[in-house]
Amino acid sequence: MGPISSTITRLYGPRGWLALGAFAFVLFVIFPLLSLVVPAGNPLHISAYGVTLIGKIMCYAMVAVAMDLIWGYTGILSLGHGLFFALGGYSFGMYLMRQIGRDGQYQSDMPDFMVFLDWKEFPWQWWNSDQFWWALMLVVLVPGLLAFVFGYFAFRSRVKGVYFSIITQALTYAAMLLFFRNNTGFGGNNGFTDFKRILGVSITTDGARIVLFVITGAALIGTLLLGRYIVTSRLGRVLTAIRDAEARVMFCGYNTVQYKLFIWTLSAVLCGIAGALYVPQVGIINPSEMSPANSIEIAIWVAVGGRGTLVGPIIGAGLVNGAKSVFTQLLPEYWLYVLGLLFILTTLFLPQGVVGLLARLKGRSA
Amino acid sequence: MRGFLIAVMLAASTCAGPAAALEAHTVSKLATGDSDEKIAAIGALVAGADPRAAILLQALADGELQVAGKRVLIVKSGEATDAATGEKVTPLPAEREDVIANNRVRGAVQGALAALKLVSPDRATRLAAAKELAGGADESVLPLVKKALEKEGDPAIRPLLEQIAATLELKGGAKESRIAAIRMLAQSGSSNAKTLLLSALEGEKDEDIRLAAQASLDRIEGRLAWNQRAGLLFAGLSLGSILLLAALGLAITYGLMGVINMAHGELIMIGAYTTYVVQNLFRAQAPGAFDWYLACAVPASFVVAAAVGMILERTVIRWLYGRPLETLLATWGISLILIQGVRSLFGAQNVQVENPAFMSGGIEVLADVVLPWSRIVIIFFALGVVALMWLLLTRTRLGLYIRTVTQNRSMAACVGVPTGRVDTWAFGLGSGIAGLAGCALSQIGNVGPDLGQSYIVDSFIVVVFGGVGQLAGAVYAALILGLSNKMLESWAGAVLAKIAVLVFIIFFIQRRPQGMFALKGRAVE
Repeated sequence: MGPISSTITRLYGPRGWLALGAFAFVLFVIFPLLSLVVPAGNPLHISAYGVTLIGKIMCYAMVAVAMDLIWGYTGILSLGHGLFFALGGYSFGMYLMRQIGRDGQYQSDMPDFMVFLDWKEFPWQWWNSDQFWWALMLVVLVPGLLAFVFGYFAFRSRVKGVYFSIITQALTYAAMLLFFRNNTGFGGNNGFTDFKRILGVSITTDGARIVLFVITGAALIGTLLLGRYIVTSRLGRVLTAIRDAEARVMFCGYNTVQYKLFIWTLSAVLCGIAGALYVPQVGIINPSEMSPANSIEIAIWVAVGGRGTLVGPIIGAGLVNGAKSVFTQLLPEYWLYVLGLLFILTTLFLPQGVVGLLARLKGRSA
Repeated sequence: MRGFLIAVMLAASTCAGPAAALEAHTVSKLATGDSDEKIAAIGALVAGADPRAAILLQALADGELQVAGKRVLIVKSGEATDAATGEKVTPLPAEREDVIANNRVRGAVQGALAALKLVSPDRATRLAAAKELAGGADESVLPLVKKALEKEGDPAIRPLLEQIAATLELKGGAKESRIAAIRMLAQSGSSNAKTLLLSALEGEKDEDIRLAAQASLDRIEGRLAWNQRAGLLFAGLSLGSILLLAALGLAITYGLMGVINMAHGELIMIGAYTTYVVQNLFRAQAPGAFDWYLACAVPASFVVAAAVGMILERTVIRWLYGRPLETLLATWGISLILIQGVRSLFGAQNVQVENPAFMSGGIEVLADVVLPWSRIVIIFFALGVVALMWLLLTRTRLGLYIRTVTQNRSMAACVGVPTGRVDTWAFGLGSGIAGLAGCALSQIGNVGPDLGQSYIVDSFIVVVFGGVGQLAGAVYAALILGLSNKMLESWAGAVLAKIAVLVFIIFFIQRRPQGMFALKGRAVE
């Protein structure tokens, strides 16, 4: 067998590939058909709201997989992943703001909030932000660079465990305060919103929604495969070893800082991409995405689904966010109780999450 | 300079002279003259400083002054007295006419009344009058102010009077008296004096006066800067004491026991809501003793928060010892449930917690620097809690147990320390102190379901900065963070200061992950 086919068999067995293929088929064929071809009155039709909701959850699922790589496999709990997600979103959001052109409220080339502040020029960080390729670069570079620099200093001085969690939380909290300010050029409270088109094409049409949806689905599957590729490689095994006994790995001669830094930066970049996909679908990005509470919620998606598996976080993100959208519509005052109980019960009774529970049930029946 | 002033005052007092009755001429001018004559009459009345002048002017202000023929009467609830002599007038003359005072006259009357109060025997009245006049006074009150200054010995009132006198002298008068007034103003530290001098400097042509004004201005600005620094120091101390209270409980539950309690902020919130409930009970059941509700609220908030903490320890946290990241997530879940629980019980809006009377208001230590009583009380409260905690940890059996379990759990269990129960008690203690913090916070800030959220990051930072397992570390860290936060705030604004502190902490932890006061030796790992 050649190297490619050996990689393929390494990632998943035949049943795994089949399941993934089925998942891709549903996302790329059935979903667009149900949304675009099936008429609106039909019970099988999926509305624009449904497409956006599932697209949003897929973005969250990407974040969850990224979180799992760093927490589930490497044992580093980040409470600042919402920051990387938001940074990706902001990077791409400014491109979308500039695509509004003169259709904004003030009919100016500048985004409305800058007109409102009486700014004549774009601040330095938005140089060249009307170029699509530059926006894509920013989406990867901004979260990646921040994570690299932050991680380099943190891992080099061996900040770990809860200390690391708390300083990541402080980081996202500080960034949130910064972005809330009007004079920093990030739109203050309201953030970026009211997007109209992307690459010159209107983003409010059903077709554009489905295209974004399919891209998000492809990105999710790509993230999953990349994650699988990493965790089944030698690198992945070193990461797991770092999680279980870092000192021993160091004494074996591995430079754990490099490994941790790589997976940490990769995780941040994946979050940034998820954020960039999230913004055009949901239509808004604001500093509340960076609130510490949001970042902790990411951890519960992973915990509910099952840490240390890659499918788990996707299932977890789907379950928790699905439940959230149901509850916030029907019983909004009970959602926090449910979320709080989820945190407590999963940590107490489901350390392996839903995936672990299913595996245990299967093991018992077999 | 002082000699000069006394001379002026003596002159003023001899000119006016004591008068047994008000001059009938002045009184009739006040009642029947036009606005200018009325104001002149008011000035004459003020210069006389007769106690009856105050009654007369008050009557004018209240619209009780009437004219019947040639006599001027003060008519109050159907009884009339002669305004000049004070004799009763019976029967009430049938033909009477109200004395009308326009706005200009009314303003003059108000100023004159305040000036007359300056010689009142009651200290509070004098202080209030001096404060009113310091806000802006008419030149006509100058003689009276000088007269009052002669007798005034009160350290709070005297500077005010001197300032008023100087202000009035500055407006008009001879060159010497103006320069004297400018020098006098230099002794005051208030920002009023500064604006006054600035305006004096603006249109001034005379070089001597300009020089004197500039010198005085420099002195005032120097003093104002010091006042500002003193105010900043107090604000920093106050913030530090609040951070300390919020973090002290965490210093036990996290610092000593190693439990990451993300619900710590919510225990603070519970303490604040307990205070709210106790306050409402007092208002409903014993309104007379309302001022003493804190005496009941302090222990109540401790007990309630401690009880909640002990229940949490028994039901959730106990099962997660040794797994800090899981503890973090579970306690975060607890905090969400507590927040929503309080929202369901008390509503999502902030609730009102009133200060008892002795904690409202403040003391003015320097001009423009007012220290609110509530903040002063909280600083001492925080010190008291630290002292009690120190005593508890070092002088009692429970403290001994807590320290042994922290140092070596299995050895402590071997020699018979009930480690499980000690954990519960220690966690209850930390939670109870969080409740005390909530009780204190309710006195100076809003009480709402989100109260705790704003303190959780701060209090963790205090504990981590100070060094885990160290009470003294938490105290120093809270003070340093509070002071530096306020200092930065004064030149960078509140948000940027907060960001700067957070970034500093992030770097600090990377340099010294064990905090300022690191434990040495084996205990570190």
